[in-house]
Amino acid sequence: MVELIVNDVLQKIDVEPDTPLLWVVRDELKLMGTKFGCGIAQCGACTLHVDGVPTRSCVTPVSSVAGKTITTIEGIADSTAGSELHSVQQAWIDQQVPQCGYCQSGQIMSAVALLERNPTPSDSEIDAAMSGNICRCGMYGRIKAAIKSASDQVQMYQPEAMAVPIDSGAEENSNG
Amino acid sequence: MGKWTRRAFIASGTLVGGGLLVGVGVGVAIRPGHRTPELAKIVEATDEVLVNAWVKILPDNSIRVIVPHSEMGQGVHTALPMMLADEMDADWSTVSMEQAPAHQAYATFHLARHFILPGKVPGMVEDTLTGVFLKVSESMSLQITGGSYSVRSTGQLGMRTAGAAARELLINAAAEEWQVPASEIRAANSYLHHEASKRSEPFAAFAKVAASLKGPEQPTLKTPDQFKIMGQSVQRLDIPPKVDGSAVFGTDIDLPGMKYAAVKAAPVFGSTVVSIDSAAAEKMKGVIKIVNLDTGVGVIADSYWQARKALQSVLVTYTTSEANKLSTAGMFEQFEQDMDAAVANGEEQEDFAKGDARGTLAQSDNIVEAEYRVPFLAHATMEPMNCTAWVHDGQVELWAGLQNPLGTRDFIANKFGYETDKVNIHNVYLGGGFGRRARPDYPQQGVQLANALLGVPVKMIWSREEDVQQDHYRQAVMSRFKAALDESGTPISWENQFVDKHEPVEAPYIPYAIDNQFIHYTSSPTHVPFGAWRSVDHTHHAFFTESFIDELAVAAGKDPYHYRRELLAKEPRIRKVLDTAAKMAGWGKAMPARWGQGIALHSSFNTIVAQVVDIDMTSGTPRVDKVFCAADAGFVVTPDGFIAQMESGIVFGLTAVLYGEITLEKGAVVESNFHNYKMVRMDNSPDIEVEIINSGESLGGGGEPGTPPIAPAVTNAIFAVTGKRIRDLPVSKYDGTYEIS
Repeated sequence: MVELIVNDVLQKIDVEPDTPLLWVVRDELKLMGTKFGCGIAQCGACTLHVDGVPTRSCVTPVSSVAGKTITTIEGIADSTAGSELHSVQQAWIDQQVPQCGYCQSGQIMSAVALLERNPTPSDSEIDAAMSGNICRCGMYGRIKAAIKSASDQVQMYQPEAMAVPIDSGAEENSNG
Repeated sequence: MGKWTRRAFIASGTLVGGGLLVGVGVGVAIRPGHRTPELAKIVEATDEVLVNAWVKILPDNSIRVIVPHSEMGQGVHTALPMMLADEMDADWSTVSMEQAPAHQAYATFHLARHFILPGKVPGMVEDTLTGVFLKVSESMSLQITGGSYSVRSTGQLGMRTAGAAARELLINAAAEEWQVPASEIRAANSYLHHEASKRSEPFAAFAKVAASLKGPEQPTLKTPDQFKIMGQSVQRLDIPPKVDGSAVFGTDIDLPGMKYAAVKAAPVFGSTVVSIDSAAAEKMKGVIKIVNLDTGVGVIADSYWQARKALQSVLVTYTTSEANKLSTAGMFEQFEQDMDAAVANGEEQEDFAKGDARGTLAQSDNIVEAEYRVPFLAHATMEPMNCTAWVHDGQVELWAGLQNPLGTRDFIANKFGYETDKVNIHNVYLGGGFGRRARPDYPQQGVQLANALLGVPVKMIWSREEDVQQDHYRQAVMSRFKAALDESGTPISWENQFVDKHEPVEAPYIPYAIDNQFIHYTSSPTHVPFGAWRSVDHTHHAFFTESFIDELAVAAGKDPYHYRRELLAKEPRIRKVLDTAAKMAGWGKAMPARWGQGIALHSSFNTIVAQVVDIDMTSGTPRVDKVFCAADAGFVVTPDGFIAQMESGIVFGLTAVLYGEITLEKGAVVESNFHNYKMVRMDNSPDIEVEIINSGESLGGGGEPGTPPIAPAVTNAIFAVTGKRIRDLPVSKYDGTYEIS
């Protein structure tokens, strides 16, 4: 029995310990947004977050993530208060990114993780963060544009949050 | 069949055998239990009125368009409703779509063959529909999505006619109700207005009366200046569920009590099972059944992971044949021998001829020759092949992403001995198609597995390795050219021989004015199954012909763009596309050292596309910096969607030219997954600029025409920088620095 917190819900899973997290999420928890693409961490379709880190769930044994916090495509919208969609998902609609759409959950999960650690990525930083995700429909230009537009949103609407350092000096700075 | 008209079609009813299609797309009113009972079954709710087979008006005055084509990313679930809604004067914000069931009434084959193209089907379509995807005997039940054909066939005449007919029906109904002349009634935004009496009512108010009226025989279509929705970029209807994980693909099917299956087929195509040793697998946890699929083996288990693991423990021996000896090198040797023999024995199969190509060549002393090769290519859709099947109570239920749901239904019915109405197909979103999902092989396996566990739904998912190694491939092709140039460098003779011909028929034909041409082909079959691969024969013929014309320009000492341009003096429409791409790219502009440009032009699926590539060779490995793409598809219904298709087609073709290669060893495919069947990724994807030319000519397709020109544009650019002519794809075969040796 493995315990996981998936999209804020505690789950107790009874499967063989070597079962990849991908199949646990999909077939045990019925969260079908995370996709199977290659099985060897080459395409990124199965990307989800483990403790906030983008992770290829097709090669991640469920036993290796016991007790950890998992976020899937179905769980990211909650992180943006008051919206049904994460700003990255909205950017994906605005830029009309998906074609067949099969890779897009993984693309979005990689992009969300990128922007969480680097809200204003450069072109080459976007390339580096996203090149583990294949889009066979070739929508790379639109994915990049959507990441930039989501990044602009962050800068436009959260200027103070951006300016304030996250260390203990924050309060002093804001007072000063 | 003589000259055919829409009127005759309507009057004839069952003219083409299927019968039910008679009403489809021509505005025949249908209600439950009325006139065409099989179609009426689709209208389930009693308060719904099906004005014709393509559109429903709901009681809340919203419009639901029934789309008979599969959505695999090409945007057809949006483009077709746009065409219908525009002609109907519907309020776009209330338009939704639903995919047509796999029902005889939606057999698009009928539309293509007898309705859309009365009496005459272009060879391209004929081959697409009957030659490649399915046998002629099955062709009466096609519901195909392919050939870049949805918008220009189903959309242009089916959807638009249906929309216009629906509008006329509603206006006629209102004229009766209001007792005013129909000519005084105006439709706009899903309302009907009569200005003189200041009356306005929603479409829905007239839907029931409209359904009792006879449909117009020749509804009047709008002229482009009257379009309100067509030609606009709208948000695609299928995108919102594709950003939150809720879109349902084949792999996402989940049924109560469902079991899971993994399969592995014979590595050498055509081999069959001799024996299976499953003793170890049968003892593994969760394993329910080992299934002999004849051409392979499957494991059914409680979970997919259990099935995958157990499959690795199953030992299978297969029959062997001559095919087990074939390698890629041996195959090309076979092509060479067969091509030589065909010429030596005068057994060339003529494809196209004019003038006296060989006579002119024999008399010329300025001859250019070249030989090109391309390898097999797999489709590698992001979603591996999969199928969920449930055999119960004498019927088959099947869920999958299919480019040809009706054809699949008939294939399964024939293969397993069911009446077609006992086979129910549930088509879902396709995680990529590119031609692959027109094949019925994976549905067949799905049903074989379900047959082994009657009454239980079984979901089969291929591994990526299976997907790469059990594809139906873009064929490996060899193409030889010989041309004669006159004193000015102008080509006066063009001979081209290649292995092998599939479709579309015009793929090897050139737009250039050359008086003497002889294009011929030689069959040299292998055991590797053929499949249509995004643009089919155009993929390789564009590479061959546009590379060779570039070679002729070099031999003539002329600029490759201007050389082409001169040979297009009598083709102003094509020349304009070429000029547009060259202008976009700033052809001939100053560039850094070891940067260069390449140009290519190719028409396919009635769309003319020219592309210029800016390439950077400074690292020794080609980096395509930018692609400039000009396209004339007559009129583009959904500009942003069309641009997305060009972008997609370019990246798809770029993967093939840079990396794409499926090789054979001992008859089996060597490549297995994305580590050795590489894809273009974001870090090597170019910026792409697309310009649409709306010439007003007949509509062309969008899904495929972006792919063919990119390969020669890239290799011509490599030549421009390095002087090295790439005649054998992919480019990754070439080692080192591309320096002139």
